[in-house]
Amino acid sequence: MTETQAGKEAAPAASDISPVPAIELDGVVKEYQAHGEVVQAVKGVSLSIAEGEFFSMLGPSGCGKTTTMRMIAGFEDPTRGTVRLQGQDVTDVAPNKRDVNMVFQSYALFPHMNVWENVAFGLRRKRVPEQEIKRRVGEMLEIVDLTGREKRRPREMSGGQQQRVALARALVNNPRALLLDEPLGALDLKLRQAMQIELKRIQREVGITFVYVTHDQNEALTMSDRIAVMNDGLVEQLAGPREIYERPATKFVAGFIGTSNLLSGTAEEVGGGTAVIRMGDGDRVLVPVGDATVQGGAVEVTVRPEKIRISREEPAVGVSAVRGTVSEVVYLGTYNSYAVNLAGGTEFTVFEQNAHDSSITAERGDSVWLSWQPHHSYAIGS
Amino acid sequence: MSGPISPALPARSEGAAGLAPSAGPPRRRRVRWGDRLLFGYTWLVLVWLFAPIAVMIAFGFNDTKSKSNVNWQGFTLKWWGRLGDYPELTNAVVNSITIALLATVITTVLGTLMGIALGRYRFRGQAVTNLVMFAAISSPELVMGASLLSLFVSLGVQTGYVTIMLAHVLFSVSFVAVTVRARVVGLDGSIEEAARDLGASTWITFWRVTFPMILPGVVSGALLAFALSIDDFVITQFTSGATVTFPLWIYGAVRIGVPPQVNILGTLIFAVGVVIAVVNTFTSRRRT
Ligand SMILES: Nc1ncnc2c1ncn2[C@@H]1O[C@H](COP(=O)(O)OP(=O)(O)OP(=O)(O)O)[C@@H](O)[C@H]1O
Ligand SMILES: [Mg+2]
Repeated sequence: MTETQAGKEAAPAASDISPVPAIELDGVVKEYQAHGEVVQAVKGVSLSIAEGEFFSMLGPSGCGKTTTMRMIAGFEDPTRGTVRLQGQDVTDVAPNKRDVNMVFQSYALFPHMNVWENVAFGLRRKRVPEQEIKRRVGEMLEIVDLTGREKRRPREMSGGQQQRVALARALVNNPRALLLDEPLGALDLKLRQAMQIELKRIQREVGITFVYVTHDQNEALTMSDRIAVMNDGLVEQLAGPREIYERPATKFVAGFIGTSNLLSGTAEEVGGGTAVIRMGDGDRVLVPVGDATVQGGAVEVTVRPEKIRISREEPAVGVSAVRGTVSEVVYLGTYNSYAVNLAGGTEFTVFEQNAHDSSITAERGDSVWLSWQPHHSYAIGS
Repeated sequence: MSGPISPALPARSEGAAGLAPSAGPPRRRRVRWGDRLLFGYTWLVLVWLFAPIAVMIAFGFNDTKSKSNVNWQGFTLKWWGRLGDYPELTNAVVNSITIALLATVITTVLGTLMGIALGRYRFRGQAVTNLVMFAAISSPELVMGASLLSLFVSLGVQTGYVTIMLAHVLFSVSFVAVTVRARVVGLDGSIEEAARDLGASTWITFWRVTFPMILPGVVSGALLAFALSIDDFVITQFTSGATVTFPLWIYGAVRIGVPPQVNILGTLIFAVGVVIAVVNTFTSRRRT
């Protein structure tokens, strides 16, 4: 893939020069007319994706991921807003004139062509010399591990193989960016995990920007450099996987990524880096001061289940603690999961690692204390 | 990409004989009985279908002495040498074949375009188009023939070769459109998007991707159009004027006796049909 690198500008090594983003969306809105009323599939998305980045769009079904991606590829015209590729406005450019390629969820292989012809299709359209087509298709089939299957028809191949053909067909063109719409959605779990590693390896090898659509949070968390969590046509949070998980910006993100416990309360005292949140039942917890914590404001405090310690004795001062009654204990092998009803009526989930011995700390019906370090919790405006 | 569900003809139907399930040992007796029944029934149907054709072929070799060719009088090949004995018959066959070929070409082009439009796009008048197509398929030939005749007469058009062809295009175009539409509706639209995405213009996308994928539908439609045209009698009768086609000639000859040449010509047309059908089955199995 040396010509990929050569074809592009010499990548600036220093991070102080900000290079032109590979893909930019600026206030993009997409409306559909359906049964006489206007449906807003995408309600105003602005984001910029860096060269060589593995960028994911994650969100529940119908949140506008596919629509956003199709606007980048050029299959949908934005109702409002601008799409830029490498700094150039391509909002009105046809899909066959855009230097990005897409991998479709259904693979969309040409059923009447064999593997070789499928992969060579894009190069043929660009009138690449036959000799070079031979070489590049051969190389690409090697990368996706399909050498020797050139003469097969798509329907004579397994789902994973078809998936790799689709990938090769897009990648062989050396696009500036590769758009993948739930490319692993049709595969079983094992194959899916193998393909995730494979995709990540290929992306490193060819160094192309990947825009990856998925509704599988694990997939997004493990593969991406950055993730845009989408909901109802809007980006709720755009950050790296760790930040998305550790510091969800909204209630939706907290609930969508992993398991979260939520406590409603009011910010009572703010100062000294921490805020005291008073819950409805009078209990108080500490959280680090964030954007959402203003004096007297209503907030939601969220804590991940694995950050909580469950105990029968009252914990030491300096931690946040609440009381509750165990309503369910589930043994899950590497950890136990407790469901605990708090005095205020909220239900908390707590994970306890089976690290030392597999004895259970509390039984159903026991009164327990739940405690956590204040810096493991955070407040979200409600 | 969703169009209305079409009352489409199935593109290819599976042979009934291929449906017998293979069952485990415990149910073997019952399944065997079922197999035999199915086997016998299948052959009965085949014989029933092919008996008339066999008779037609056989009587092309009948050494008949009289004008009528209905009693078996011994085997001969002499009629094959005297195929051109009736110039009007030869002329009628030529008319039938050329009309069928022309009508098939026109019908296939028009019908394919209609099928794509109906299967792919939503447009004003789509429901009406579907309705008219369905009406054209289901309306009695007698009605269509009579109304075409009155149309041509009131327009002052001289009926003849051209009007026959137009009529044939008219009644077979719906069949082609319906067959192609079924194929188009079944297409995954993202395959064409993939072609566009890989740099193909709309024109190239159509010829390299869309057309090869709907080709089986187009071919079946074309064969159907040819078959409908070449043996049409009722509508042709109304729109023929002074032009005579093969079926019209036979009808005229029935009163004085149909000569064995007709059987031979029928056999030839049938043979060509069989060859085309076999080739089509063979190649479409590869294509899809
Ligand atoms: N052609 C269309 N006409 C009308 N509404 C549409 C159209 N395409 C999409 N929508 C609507 O826009 C919204 C977003 O659709 P989109 O396909 O982008 O969702 P998605 O995030 O990709 O979901 P999924 O995970 O199920 O693929 C949905 O509510 C959908 O019903
Ligand atoms: Mg989608």
